[in-house]
Amino acid sequence: MEKLITISGVHKAYETHQVLEGLDMDVYKGECFTLLGPSGCGKTVLIRLIAGHEVPDKGKITIGDTTVVDTETGEYIPPERRALGVVFQDYAVWPHMTVFENIAYPLKMEKRPKEEIDKLVMDMIDVVGMHGLEKRLPSELSGGQQQRVALARALVADPAVMLLDEPLSNLDANLREEMRFEIKDLQKKYGITVMYVTHDQEVALAISDRIAIMDANGKIRQMGTPYEIFEKPADLFVFKFMGVANFINVREENGQYFIGNGQQLVPGGKPDGQAAKWVLGFRPSDVAVARTGEGLKGKVMKATYLGSTMDYTIAIDGEHFRTAIETHEALVNDLMFKAGDDCVINFKAIHWFDAEQLKEVEDL
Amino acid sequence: MSDNAFVRLINVTKRFGDVTAVNNLNLEIAKGECFSMLGPSGCGKTTTLRMVAGFEDLSDGEVWVGDQLFSSPRKHHYTPPENRNFGMVFQAFAVWPHMDVYNNVAFPLQLRKLPKSEIESRVKEALTATNLWQDKDISPADLSGGGKQRVALARALAINPDVMLLDEPLSSLDPHLREEMRFEIKDLQNKYGFSVIYVTHDQSEAMALSDRILVMKLGVVQQIDKPLDVYNNPKNKFVFSFIGVSSFTDVEWREGKAYVTGSDKPLPASMIIPDSMKEEKVFNLASRPTEIKFTDAMGSEAVEGLVLRKAFLGEIIDYLVRIGNQDVRVQIGRRDKGPESGEKCYVKFQRPFWYKKEE
Amino acid sequence: MSKGIKKESSFGIAHVILFLSIAVLCIFVAWPVLLILFNAFFVEGSFNYRDFYAVLTEPETFQALLNSLFIAGMTTIGSTIVGTFFAWLVTRTDLPYKKFMKGLFLVPFMLPSFIGALAWKMLLSPNSGYINTFLMNLFGLQEPVFNIYTYMGISAVEVMYLFPFVFIQVCGALERMDPTLEESARISGAGLFTITRKITIPLVLPSIMSGALLIMLYSMAHFGTVAVLGIENGIYNIPTLIYEKIHQSGGSFESIRTGTVLSTVLVVTAAAIIWAQQKILSRGHYQIIGGKSFRPMELKLRGLRYPLLLACLAYIGFTIVLPTVVIFMVGGVSTYGLPLTWENMSLDNYKYILFEYEVTKDAIINSVSLGLVAALITMFAGVMISYVIVKMKVKGKGILEFLGMLPFSVPGSVIALGVILAWSGQFGINLYNTVWIILVAYIARYMAFSLKANSAALEQVHDSLMEASRSCGASMWQSLKDIVIPLVRPGMISAFFLIFLPALRELTVSIMLYAPTTRTIGVAIYTLNEDGETVMSTALAGIALILIVVGQTLINHFTKKAGE
Repeated sequence: MEKLITISGVHKAYETHQVLEGLDMDVYKGECFTLLGPSGCGKTVLIRLIAGHEVPDKGKITIGDTTVVDTETGEYIPPERRALGVVFQDYAVWPHMTVFENIAYPLKMEKRPKEEIDKLVMDMIDVVGMHGLEKRLPSELSGGQQQRVALARALVADPAVMLLDEPLSNLDANLREEMRFEIKDLQKKYGITVMYVTHDQEVALAISDRIAIMDANGKIRQMGTPYEIFEKPADLFVFKFMGVANFINVREENGQYFIGNGQQLVPGGKPDGQAAKWVLGFRPSDVAVARTGEGLKGKVMKATYLGSTMDYTIAIDGEHFRTAIETHEALVNDLMFKAGDDCVINFKAIHWFDAEQLKEVEDL
Repeated sequence: MSDNAFVRLINVTKRFGDVTAVNNLNLEIAKGECFSMLGPSGCGKTTTLRMVAGFEDLSDGEVWVGDQLFSSPRKHHYTPPENRNFGMVFQAFAVWPHMDVYNNVAFPLQLRKLPKSEIESRVKEALTATNLWQDKDISPADLSGGGKQRVALARALAINPDVMLLDEPLSSLDPHLREEMRFEIKDLQNKYGFSVIYVTHDQSEAMALSDRILVMKLGVVQQIDKPLDVYNNPKNKFVFSFIGVSSFTDVEWREGKAYVTGSDKPLPASMIIPDSMKEEKVFNLASRPTEIKFTDAMGSEAVEGLVLRKAFLGEIIDYLVRIGNQDVRVQIGRRDKGPESGEKCYVKFQRPFWYKKEE
Repeated sequence: MSKGIKKESSFGIAHVILFLSIAVLCIFVAWPVLLILFNAFFVEGSFNYRDFYAVLTEPETFQALLNSLFIAGMTTIGSTIVGTFFAWLVTRTDLPYKKFMKGLFLVPFMLPSFIGALAWKMLLSPNSGYINTFLMNLFGLQEPVFNIYTYMGISAVEVMYLFPFVFIQVCGALERMDPTLEESARISGAGLFTITRKITIPLVLPSIMSGALLIMLYSMAHFGTVAVLGIENGIYNIPTLIYEKIHQSGGSFESIRTGTVLSTVLVVTAAAIIWAQQKILSRGHYQIIGGKSFRPMELKLRGLRYPLLLACLAYIGFTIVLPTVVIFMVGGVSTYGLPLTWENMSLDNYKYILFEYEVTKDAIINSVSLGLVAALITMFAGVMISYVIVKMKVKGKGILEFLGMLPFSVPGSVIALGVILAWSGQFGINLYNTVWIILVAYIARYMAFSLKANSAALEQVHDSLMEASRSCGASMWQSLKDIVIPLVRPGMISAFFLIFLPALRELTVSIMLYAPTTRTIGVAIYTLNEDGETVMSTALAGIALILIVVGQTLINHFTKKAGE
């Protein structure tokens, strides 16, 4: 695959806070690449560096075969000459211009003929489903509509790359779900390269071809397809960040591993590598609960009915974890537990992690 | 009136100008019950709560607690909020930033002119119950959202109220904190045994906390039931759509058989359509995405469709499936087998509901 | 697009703007203030604090200092009580016609307090005041009932025209306050009276205090009212004493020195007040703005509803309508002292001062042109300086932020004195006795208004709006032109009017700087009155009131349009 954006050795600090330290990263042509990380991790800074609103302290960024910034040679191309489409978290549609004027602005800056502008803008208004609203001012639009205007404005001049900085985080949950699929459809339709920044793992999984996970110190922890990131996490941080995670302590005695303080063996063998202490990581959906049968003996500590799911807190030998069963399944299969009921647990998958890593994810 | 009714609303109506915000509401809440009012914003749930509290006048009807009449416009009776002995917690916390945590909780007790020693012991108990005793000397403005809401809870607890009114108390909090506080409220209720009237627009919150739920729309009661019954037997299309994610598929009669509109294959005979739909030209098949399964072949229970979109969302895989000219959401677990985008597929509705299209 | 440019090149422009901004503030504001401090403490080039102390403890200066503090204190207390009470009345009770009444309580802002003082002089002066003579005739009294030439009289007049400072602040705080803060007290068992005392008032206390401090600052350095009502009885405050000294001695070294010492005291007090206000606003300002909004609870006034409405109307009638009517009527009679009957009224005086009398004609032309030019210059300078402070990231911005605070804390009479020191030829340029010196002083005096309006407007323009246009292919200048300027235009327009209108009625600064041909409206009204031309003076005051009302109506019209 052809590289489109190359980031090499980028450093950026604000006063004494080192946000990015020697970051290297490539984005390929035509892919939807997502940079996923907790808030304040420096992912927005990277977008701003690529767009040209900030200058790195050290390092080089190229887009296509153009070096847009290189601290060695002192090269710097200002944002207006980078030919990118940018969508901001707060939409940044201009309140004093109509929908039409907003979307036409990049074309006017390119001094395209008026007829061409009219045609391109009206086509784009149709694409984002805003037909008939072109004369409205942004104040007369809903949040979702303003975001569509911002998308259209970023797309209209046919940029090679579109940068999106948390564009959905100000929308409500339903709209967010709808818009993420729309963005994906637009990306496919125009074959455009997208670099998307977010802290929302669900959006990242839904739209990306590749995801890079960044930690709070601006380090990349893992890069891969959504499936790889979710099913084969590189470490505990990635595992925790990607969704609801349970961790239970294990105890080693003579090369055998037991759960908590009890005598039940961890099913599925031994960890690879070295650690002073291990924890087991698994997701609620990795747990199979039954009333009887083979497996680990546990007790239901808390049963909460949440509508479409039953939420259980279960204890095995002093170690607590959560799992959920779809209400319909629970009703059909006699799995409506009450607090205090005994149960039998089997794991569909487990991950072994060094217990040291738990400290890092406490605030996540 | 039933024997254990404690809070009673009789024919309660509230009009703002021409708009009827609450229409002829009758309600009985038992002592120690946790009762939730659930609905979209503007459905009248908050107005109802404020009428119980005494912040809104009634246009008609009566509010009783125990054997005391609190509001009745016909009898020209109105007890102001300060004399109703309720605890109340508001969405925006409403803790007083110019008093420290201790004095926030002590204020209602001081107003009741209790002896100093009793005030001290009650404040201590309330602050201990809410894990705030160590923060008693700081201003609540310096606490996090969760901390502020605990102060509000402690303040409401301290007066030993018979009834606790909670107005979206968790919606200003972060999602993970919301879950934690939900359990805390439930534990406090179990411990002190007060009645709770809980207003929320979040169905999972209502399900998790309540003994009974009232679903409301435009000032009119849609259903009052136990949580599981609301889920299992939603009375109408609105209740169905409000509890969880839902798809509504248009179905029409053709020569005595039911077809999804635009489809040329009838629905399987195993999907039994209630008689009440017989007269409808077009009606709705209502489904939840997690209650539809993919099957390998047509069989006798499945419906044929086309996968428009498949998205891996981690724990679940989300599908949009086209049947006829209708789109249906399907969600399967990440370990379940499912078709790929663009493929033909067969789906089985495990728990279909049927509603009239215009409802 | 492959040709790169060095990143330094785009930073040059930023430094030019920064330098210009610093220069404007230094020349117009910082330098005059520094000259005052220098002259107060340095005698013949050497530091001398004994002299400073000696001047300060002269009986006359010390008394003026005490008077300033005493009058400001009384005015502040009075205005705070009146302003808070009315604010509470229109936001937390079921007073009839609340919205209208709220608008009415803002009207006193329009009436310049020295014109109000003139009117009250005609109504309540001990010997010839209309009310006094009326009461004396009615009851056959020998002694006048009221004497306006007293500390009480001066403070009362100031309260009438200054209380809206507190009223606006408290109204705003009460309207924004989350009603559930009060409701939660109510459900806790508190009655409305207890809630007002224990919850509402403490929560809006920072706003009350901040309004009160504004009044304190204003009253300490206020010239007009004390000049009109105090001099008769020998009551001077700091600004009137500075004026009197310099005016009588024709600008002698001695008088200037006294002036600089008193000005220093004013500057220090003002700085302390501003500091206290910032402190209160930043620390004590509770987050009391709420989520869901309901109407706040209203206290049912029941039987008191209409009596209180009448009392409010009477207050407005007494403090606004009555003085205004007197101004127009006295302006209509041929000689002061004639009974105010319909037969004695004519428009002759108004015709005379508008079309024939050189002094007043000049004054109107001077004030209007000074106002226009000062407003235009200050508006543009203000946009530039605010842009640097709010939006730009350049080194050296800290200096500008500090300088930008200065205009807020330098009272008018200090500016006037500083401008005299700076522009009377000692430094090569002599503007004394020309309109230019007044213009320079106006720019310094009104810079604060412009900075406030423009930075508020610029803060609304989020950085991403400009970044979005850069990413759309617009250069920095193009983005300024297409995005920033159109969006701050309402702020600029409001800055213009915020300067133009007060400049029309300015007295404190112009009285120190005028020459026979450079009188402004305020100066002309004041000096004509001093010279015994009461009728001409009041007629001109009437014209000024009409100008102000028309101007205010225009502002409201424009700001409403901009807000849409």
